[in-house]
Amino acid sequence: MTLDSSTVGSRRRRSGARGSRAGLAFVAGYALLLVAFGVLPTGYAIYFAFTDAGGSFTGLANFVSTAQDFRFVDAIGHVALYLLFWLVSLVVFVVGLALLLHRLSSGSISRTLRFLYYIPGALAGAASVLVWLFMLDPTVSPVGSLLGMLGFDTFGEVIAPGNLPVLFTAIAFWTGAGGWIVVMYGALNNIPHDVLEAARIDGAGAWQTAWHVQIPMLRKWIVYMVILAFAGGAQLFVEPQLLSLASVGVAGRDYSLNQLTYDFAFQMNNVNGAAAVSMELLVVSVTAAGFFVARSGFFDAD
Amino acid sequence: MTVNKPPAGREAVSGKRRAVLLAACAATLVMTVAACSSGGSSGKTTKDGFAQAAQSDGTLTVWVDATRVAAAKQYQALHPEVKLDIVSYDGDANGSNYLQTKVQLFNRTGKGWPDVVFSSQNNEATWAVDAGFAAPLDKGLIPADTLKGFAKGANDVCTVNGTVYCLRNDLSQTVLWYNAPLMQQFGYTVPKTWEEYRTLGEKVAAEHPGYLVGDAGDSFAPEIYLWASKCGANHITGPKAVSVNTTGEDCTRMATLLDGLIKNKSMSISGVFSTDFAKNEADKVLLMPGPAWFGGAVFRDTLKVPEKTIGVAPMPQWQGDAEPATGNVGGGTWLVSQHSTHLRAATDFLTWVTTDNAYQAQKSPGFPAYAPAAEEWLKAQAAAGYYAGDLGALKDASSQVWSGWGSGQFSQEAVWAATVKPGLTQGQTVTSLLPAWQDSIVKHAQSFGYKVSQ
Repeated sequence: MTLDSSTVGSRRRRSGARGSRAGLAFVAGYALLLVAFGVLPTGYAIYFAFTDAGGSFTGLANFVSTAQDFRFVDAIGHVALYLLFWLVSLVVFVVGLALLLHRLSSGSISRTLRFLYYIPGALAGAASVLVWLFMLDPTVSPVGSLLGMLGFDTFGEVIAPGNLPVLFTAIAFWTGAGGWIVVMYGALNNIPHDVLEAARIDGAGAWQTAWHVQIPMLRKWIVYMVILAFAGGAQLFVEPQLLSLASVGVAGRDYSLNQLTYDFAFQMNNVNGAAAVSMELLVVSVTAAGFFVARSGFFDAD
Repeated sequence: MTVNKPPAGREAVSGKRRAVLLAACAATLVMTVAACSSGGSSGKTTKDGFAQAAQSDGTLTVWVDATRVAAAKQYQALHPEVKLDIVSYDGDANGSNYLQTKVQLFNRTGKGWPDVVFSSQNNEATWAVDAGFAAPLDKGLIPADTLKGFAKGANDVCTVNGTVYCLRNDLSQTVLWYNAPLMQQFGYTVPKTWEEYRTLGEKVAAEHPGYLVGDAGDSFAPEIYLWASKCGANHITGPKAVSVNTTGEDCTRMATLLDGLIKNKSMSISGVFSTDFAKNEADKVLLMPGPAWFGGAVFRDTLKVPEKTIGVAPMPQWQGDAEPATGNVGGGTWLVSQHSTHLRAATDFLTWVTTDNAYQAQKSPGFPAYAPAAEEWLKAQAAAGYYAGDLGALKDASSQVWSGWGSGQFSQEAVWAATVKPGLTQGQTVTSLLPAWQDSIVKHAQSFGYKVSQ
């Protein structure tokens, strides 16, 4: 983290002695858990990624052998396409809906909508995917007629390979976007009222205010959302895995990299290969996060 | 049949075990260090063909699928002195790999293995032996006389390098199920050959559109039709070796037959367990080639067909084929853990559950693999009077399962589901998908380290 401490620091130093001890205590608890459940397992995985079953060093052999697996390149393609759909829809719709929510003058409608947006997020991940499995089966779906109008009469037609990125995006958006809309709404409320007032006096309409004032001031929140959504999306697992169980393997088996990792570890008894693929996912996610942080000035002090 | 090289497997396992123990210690440092000493190999004695842990009294842990819970409960009722912990899991149905996943984790932690496990898959021996989980059963645990009682070839899927590592629960030979009153009403006779079957399918499509002569929509469809047609798609030829040829004549003529019937809609592609089938096609079944367990699991329990309706006939054969052949869909197996500390109780349970008439003949929903129990089972089914006519075709089929289709570590059902099923849904023909099917089988087999000849 980079902080310009020359001006801020000196002013805070005096009152900081007692506060920092409490802060340390809080951070220590977090750091301990981070080491136990974040750093150590990661180190363990790195050790596995570069060794074989017997524990001897193998260099990049695990990376090469897993990359040569016939499902690997397909899985990368699947995840990349899904990420594209998911991130674009997330940014566009979350920001759009949050702006709409913010403009609604009536408090009760706004409150009701916020609640509605958030409800799906309150369901645990796997449970909400199960809800969708019912939604997508025309025979039992409450919106079966809608699916029929789109030309889908059987579950098999709905889950055709070409539809999967859209389906997974819809499921992920439904389960995950509500929380972000509420966060964005909170961030919008943090924009000082006088700034918006000034924009209004200068003659900016709703569209111009949103585009030139609100969205630029939300930039950090959007970047924050994209970083977390990217990391989460790259680890796509629950949606295809449950779909594959529900469709008896017709769709979603070996779809994502994480599923491939799972297969390596538990089906093919190749934990080292699984660790290697996990490493690759970690590197990609960290690199992407680093890129976004660097480009957006995420950690710069205001 | 599955064969393996034990020395290589053992070495890998023990080497891995060491690494795993080491690493497990490091990872759990924060929580506990003491646990790391358990899992060592102290106190083992070699008996019955494997190193046994020190035996003790205690609770026998049994893992079963939902259907087999009844068996475990019945055992408990008959043997109240045995402390039984019945755990129900998904039975590895549809290639879920739950058991394999858990055993890998237990191997890592060095504890937690169940004593006896039921699996609805019959390829468990292909990994459970390498994983050091399945105990050899024919080296002292189960008497040879008992093993001899199983139907011919029943325990082939449990045999690795000549040693039996699991016992078959039920056989799943395929037969031709039919709706007797409906056949009579329409004035049809049950086809004996595939040629007659095709003709009948065309007749049904013309005279009684909507009625079905079969279903090819399930992931196990190739095991019903292509296996019975002696298609060489899955010939396990040796230790980690498989021969795959999906475009031979035995495959293509069955594929062509299926395509014709799918096209005229006398063959469904929904799958008998799909919501679609239950809702729209349940009362349209005229004929249905399928495994022995279709009788109870599909017709009686899922489709709720009334009694005295469903009859069973031999699987059709190709005209002029001297040797009758049939397919097989699953059929569960029972495994005993090498790590069990209650081997005597485990063996007793295993013997009871696979051979005793009280369960296998009276209660088992499937066709018992243990021949004497199967005889009694047939009598019990006849007495119960659900089926129309006798069940002799089931008994005949039990020894006719074609041996050229094996049980490898890779799941044929998963391959078919992911490769052929989506194409069928989109209107492609089975014939046009055969090369893609072969390609997919080859890739999956190779990824499990199989040597593939095509």
